Amino acid sequence: MNQPVLHPDGSAAEPAANSLVGGTSLWQDAWKRLRKNRVAAGSGVVLLMLAAACLVGPAVIAATWGYDYETQDLASGARPPSWSHPFGTDFYGRDLLTRVLYGGRVSLTVGLLAAVVAATVGTVYGAVSSYAGGMIDSLMMRVVDILYALPYMFLVIILVTILGKSLLLVFLALGAVGWLLTARIVRGQVMSLKEQDFVLAARSLGTSSRDIIFRHLIPNTLGPVIVTFTLTVPSMILQEAFLSFLGLGVQAPRPSLGALINDGANQMLVFWWTLAFPGAVMAVMLFALNFLGDGVRDALDPRMKH
Amino acid sequence: MMPPPSPTATNRPLLEVRDLAVRFPITVSDGWLARRQEEVRAVDGVSFSVQRGETLGLVGESGCGKSTTGRAILQLIRPAAGEVVFDGLPLDELWVKRGRSWTWGPKLRDLRRRMQMIFQDPFASLNPRMTVEAILAEPLRNFGIPSGPERRAQIQSLLETVGMDPRAIRRYPHEFSGGQRQRIGIARALALGPDLIVADEPISALDVSIQAQILTLLQKLRADLGLTMLFIAHDLAAVRLISDRIAVMYLGRIVELADATVIVSAAHHPYTKALISAVPAPDPVTEKTRQRIVLEGEVPSPLNPPSGCPFHTRCPLREDRCIREAPLLREIAPGHTVACHLLER
Amino acid sequence: MPVADTVLSVHDLRTFFRTDDGIVRAVDGVSFSVRRGETLGIVGESGSGKSVACLSALGLVPRPPAFHPSGEVRYGGRDLLALSERELEHLRGNRLAMIFQDPLTSLNPYLRVSRQLTEVLEVHRGASRAEARRAAMTMLERVGIPDPARRIDQYPHQFSGGMRQRVMIAMALLCEPEVLFADEPTTALDVTIQAQILELIAELRHSLGTAVVLITHDLGVVAGSTDRVAVMYAGRIVETGPTAAVFAHPQHPYTRGLLASTPRIDTPLGSRLEAIPGLPPDLAHLPAGCPFHPRCSQAVDRCRTEYPAVIALSMVHSAACWAVEAPQ
Repeated sequence: MNQPVLHPDGSAAEPAANSLVGGTSLWQDAWKRLRKNRVAAGSGVVLLMLAAACLVGPAVIAATWGYDYETQDLASGARPPSWSHPFGTDFYGRDLLTRVLYGGRVSLTVGLLAAVVAATVGTVYGAVSSYAGGMIDSLMMRVVDILYALPYMFLVIILVTILGKSLLLVFLALGAVGWLLTARIVRGQVMSLKEQDFVLAARSLGTSSRDIIFRHLIPNTLGPVIVTFTLTVPSMILQEAFLSFLGLGVQAPRPSLGALINDGANQMLVFWWTLAFPGAVMAVMLFALNFLGDGVRDALDPRMKH
Repeated sequence: MMPPPSPTATNRPLLEVRDLAVRFPITVSDGWLARRQEEVRAVDGVSFSVQRGETLGLVGESGCGKSTTGRAILQLIRPAAGEVVFDGLPLDELWVKRGRSWTWGPKLRDLRRRMQMIFQDPFASLNPRMTVEAILAEPLRNFGIPSGPERRAQIQSLLETVGMDPRAIRRYPHEFSGGQRQRIGIARALALGPDLIVADEPISALDVSIQAQILTLLQKLRADLGLTMLFIAHDLAAVRLISDRIAVMYLGRIVELADATVIVSAAHHPYTKALISAVPAPDPVTEKTRQRIVLEGEVPSPLNPPSGCPFHTRCPLREDRCIREAPLLREIAPGHTVACHLLER
Repeated sequence: MPVADTVLSVHDLRTFFRTDDGIVRAVDGVSFSVRRGETLGIVGESGSGKSVACLSALGLVPRPPAFHPSGEVRYGGRDLLALSERELEHLRGNRLAMIFQDPLTSLNPYLRVSRQLTEVLEVHRGASRAEARRAAMTMLERVGIPDPARRIDQYPHQFSGGMRQRVMIAMALLCEPEVLFADEPTTALDVTIQAQILELIAELRHSLGTAVVLITHDLGVVAGSTDRVAVMYAGRIVETGPTAAVFAHPQHPYTRGLLASTPRIDTPLGSRLEAIPGLPPDLAHLPAGCPFHPRCSQAVDRCRTEYPAVIALSMVHSAACWAVEAPQ
């Protein structure tokens, strides 16, 4: 801050030059810090490139070489990596690169969407429960406790089995169970936030409870929620992979990284590339997400907030 | 200072408080497994009235209940007993019961326009995620003033009133110093044009040189806007400067109430005297020569208040009667009330 | 009063911090000294550098983000800034003690008070546990803790704020240090308790002959409890001298401003506070020249470009200000 301009009555006004620029919110501060963190920024770039590749890659490859994820070509089945097939081919002669990119698309989509659903449901649930307090809070948290205690994967598997094996329902099922952690975190945050003076001030200004929750409390919990989100995405991806591994996720011939890894694992001694490439892509994705998540958490570090 | 002429042409006080009590239930563990429900009597029968345009100072040390009194008056906490009458309206009737809990009825919510609070901590009383404009717009939005250039103009003029550059609207609280944030908090409290302001330790968290700025600002605003103020603080010197009358609190009760000048020069209650004596004066000559009354012991826990007069455990003048019987506030001179047995001679 | 010889002297102390905003010159050329049995008050607002100065003297400033302080701190014939951590540990709590503002965070909440007190004596005096405990109990009684035999085995949270501060004082004085640094020891306490604690410190100082460096922002505390005072602003001492002289004839505009803006109980009715205009200094972006000049009613051109030289008003009273006339 520059030196202040003084009013005649001696009070302090804001310096002229600075005020033409907008203020820097805590988000902007965090973004700056995130950019400076090279590992996190690098991971972000890697993820963006990966996402771009998964999105447009299959189309580009189809246009250039004519491969897609399902056309079989038994004559060139199970070929190791070569110039025409950089990742090699699988048992049925399908281009592995296309399948891996397509599978990556599924993983990222499922992971992100499921995590978004989880974060949204969890945040609202936790905030409402905590602000309401008393019996309502107890009841709502008991529901969370019970769901938490149930064997997680069995729950997901049951849901998927009942709802059918489609991609959409997979991520709904994942999200439906994944909100629990966020709910607990948000509830804890709100418990301490609601005692702060600015909430009392809002009440004394006539702000309704609903507005207090959505305009005051939730925006102040977004830090931990975002961090949890960035670390939930890899978890969701892994779970989807596991489901596909079990055959409950995306159905053949549509590939998913999990299914590819499953196939590859069965043949790994003979056709090593069918495991190596899907596995490597999965690993890169998860590492990048985790590093980015760590970076986001450091950038939003509450120690930096006054 | 002279209050502005009242349109109702009566001498009715703006605020009347009678036997106000606030109690907090807490669970105390009683040994290994047993637990007890206890009640902390944070405010234990407080009565006073404040005339329109007047400033009443509420002074006391930690745990005396002064902040709780302020919040109870504004109905931010529901009083356990007693009456708060604002401009002739009894406020306890304006609560409604919803299920098992009490909330404000519509009339009480509407009264927010007329009574507001300034908070102590300039860091915690502003939402760090909102711009200054959003913070000041909130009360206006709540009471039907739509967004747009007029509202913005109103916000900018509010900022000028408290001595801040109106271009601050685009910035965030953490970009300002403590004193400036407090100014924003004051602007927010004034947004709806209230009659009554409860200032809860508004300068305690500020640097010394800034405290004077804010005190001066409050004095100016009070004069310009004809505000009625309840000034709550533990700093007797600051309270004395800004208040017309002062009430001294101890363990949830008022022990003495009188004009500000009378309190500092002719206090009667032993606690008031000790309090005045304990305030260090920035004058070495006075400090070296003054006779200081140093109280023994500590403030008793409000969980376990002493019998009779709450001050008796530390009072240098206590007698038997003080241990058995709690003294009532009695008027010993016009406008000067004291709660002490020893003054009935 | 014991013989007036200097026990600790600080010369041109500088402590800088590296922050995201740039280099912060928290302490920028501070010199003071304190004599046996006297109390030196260091008064300033937040950001003045008063706490950092004393922490620097004891080597307690965390090294990143701070740079190693430069200057000299002479005690017992040695420069404390040149000593190793080990040598400093030997002195801290023993010959040089410090008490802090919030006893709740400066006492270990997980250890009983007895343990924290006896540890000081065991480490520095090689006392046995039993001897140390006896000495600790005597000290607790001396600082006014009632029923010390029972309370010594309690935990810090079982004491009230004032009592905890007494425990801190006991801990600090157990080894009869030569210098006691007290960093805002009563700021967090109620005013009636503050009076008790200040009286206690004065009485102990008198009987033990300890030199006290009392850091505070409260001019009233300074007036009542100090022999000499140093006023700090933006990392430097702007005025120093005997308390009586500085209060009676303040020379620096900041000192005057502080005095004029402090509300007093005994001022006549209708007198107004003169607030110091402007904002506290931003230590990462100090203006050129005198850091106080943006808020100073007596600033002249020279103030904007050159940091003021120290003008001696008498043998013992000096101020750093261009607007002050040196006596002929």
